[in-house]
Amino acid sequence: MSQLELKLKVKAGKLESLTDNLTHYCAGCEHGILTRLIASAMDELGIRERTIMIDSVGCSVLAFNYLNCDHIVAPHGRAPAVATGLKRVRPELMVFTVQGDGDAAAIGLLELVYAAKRGTPITVFLVNNAIYGMTGGQMAPTTLEGQVTTTTPYGRDTALTGSELDVSKLLGGIDGAAYVKRASLVVTELASPRGRVYTIKNLLDAKRSVENAFKVQALGGFALVELLSTCSVNWKMSVLESKRYVNEHVIKKYPLGLYRDVLGVEKK
Amino acid sequence: MAYGALEAGLNAYFAYPITPSSEIPETLAKEFGSKKYPEYKFFLQAASELEAVNMVLGAAAGGARAMTATSSPGFSLKQEALSYAAGMELPFLVVDICRAGPGLGNLGPEQSDYFQATKGGGHGNYKLIVLAPSSVQEMALFPRLGFDLAFKYRNPVLILGDAFTGQLKEDVEFPDFVPPEYDLSSWALTGAKGRTPHVINSLELDYQKLYTHIDRIYEKYKRVQADEILFENYLTEDAEKVIVGFGITARIAKSVVNKLRRKDIRVGMFRPITLWPFPGHALKQLASDGKRFLVVELNKGQMVEDVKLAVGDGVAVDFLGKWGGIVPTEAEIESKLTHLEMIAA
Repeated sequence: MSQLELKLKVKAGKLESLTDNLTHYCAGCEHGILTRLIASAMDELGIRERTIMIDSVGCSVLAFNYLNCDHIVAPHGRAPAVATGLKRVRPELMVFTVQGDGDAAAIGLLELVYAAKRGTPITVFLVNNAIYGMTGGQMAPTTLEGQVTTTTPYGRDTALTGSELDVSKLLGGIDGAAYVKRASLVVTELASPRGRVYTIKNLLDAKRSVENAFKVQALGGFALVELLSTCSVNWKMSVLESKRYVNEHVIKKYPLGLYRDVLGVEKK
Repeated sequence: MAYGALEAGLNAYFAYPITPSSEIPETLAKEFGSKKYPEYKFFLQAASELEAVNMVLGAAAGGARAMTATSSPGFSLKQEALSYAAGMELPFLVVDICRAGPGLGNLGPEQSDYFQATKGGGHGNYKLIVLAPSSVQEMALFPRLGFDLAFKYRNPVLILGDAFTGQLKEDVEFPDFVPPEYDLSSWALTGAKGRTPHVINSLELDYQKLYTHIDRIYEKYKRVQADEILFENYLTEDAEKVIVGFGITARIAKSVVNKLRRKDIRVGMFRPITLWPFPGHALKQLASDGKRFLVVELNKGQMVEDVKLAVGDGVAVDFLGKWGGIVPTEAEIESKLTHLEMIAA
């Protein structure tokens, strides 16, 4: 084993909050990265034994196989409501969910908005890959104008469907929310004479955001972290193309950054 | 109903207003924070029927005694969570004060949610345990029974009232009651400390595993059918004709029975108290000595199907229905009773 391999192995060491199961996520999908970031935050904050994940309908629905904590699988879109009920009767628990953009921004928008509006102390990670992944690539509220999906085969016509829904902007304007942040799980390609080189700057920011979102809940606030992600299978692109698509197009529509931080956790 | 729930040890109530059941959340909002009910920890008005019942679902997953109430149009919206909860085996209480439908209908009494209540109104194979009170006293005590059954069998329980019973004013008594402690250790979400994680889930992608899971739930339902059926037999023993009704219609029927008995006419009344499990065996026994039946309901004929199924072919079963908020008079029931016909199967 080379020095580098050894170092990687230690770095990628076994997290208590991760099970040994292989994930079902497609090649190149960032769900696996998020799962690991969450597990890492749970380990670092020492909260695994009092954390409950609400598994939402979508690609994160099988997360009970991967994260080593208590779980309940919510009906489609209802995760923030289920989380509210649980958190309110067991306030000592840390309650979080991973929602897709279809789950959170379409069928479950009411549940999400009101959980935020009430300042419900829960944590929501919203994976924005601009499409319905689990159901096979239909248009989501976040699908970009002109983007081809199975229900917008000629490209999304915003004259008919309305324009893209910016969830972080929406929730950033809600006074009950304590922390609203948009980060990206997608690595960025750097120009380099030595071939393809990537920076994980976005991932480090995402990692901090995930931890902050748990910290905000511990302080009694509502936290949402929207995480840009790819869906190369449904975008009908290669993994590499889809990562470029996020960094060149998606990110322009959904700029990264802090949309609300009432408790100032980002500075601490 | 609201005080009945509090006396039953209610921990959390999630509300959405709808006539004619809003008195329940209004009362529970008023009593929230009262020192009289230390177990009552949380009240919240949700932004939709769906949000309210899914909050109940989350609270139940934490092992709380959680509840919501609604009325028919809202009950349709509860079906999603009820299906999930039955599949996930979560215990909680839902109250439906049934009003006239379909659609918005009106605010008058109907019993037209019977099918939705007893046949599994949402998707998939499941049953609710359904209690049908016919007095304010029963409405006050059924939350105790409801929570007990819910936790015993880990299944949602429905109290199905009607706009008439739901708006009655009567004296009630609350016998002393200490809410029982339920063993939540094998399933509730309390944090995976020193144990393997609990997963509350209705999703099972493996066909054979889902087949077995549903089979096991139906074995549980068999135990409910064997042990939990409740009904009232009123002067049926020597009766030649028996009126079958639940909720408010049973009370009107009882008045008719009393009136006819004074004229020495041998009539009785049979009232299912659990609509599911349905007291079919008890009805079958009544039918064995040639009694004839008149089913009275506030709908176009729903429970009558279960009555006919229970008594079998060759037994005279007639039906008197009223709907749209109209309640049958004693005279109408009496008149129908004297001209009983056998309705077609």
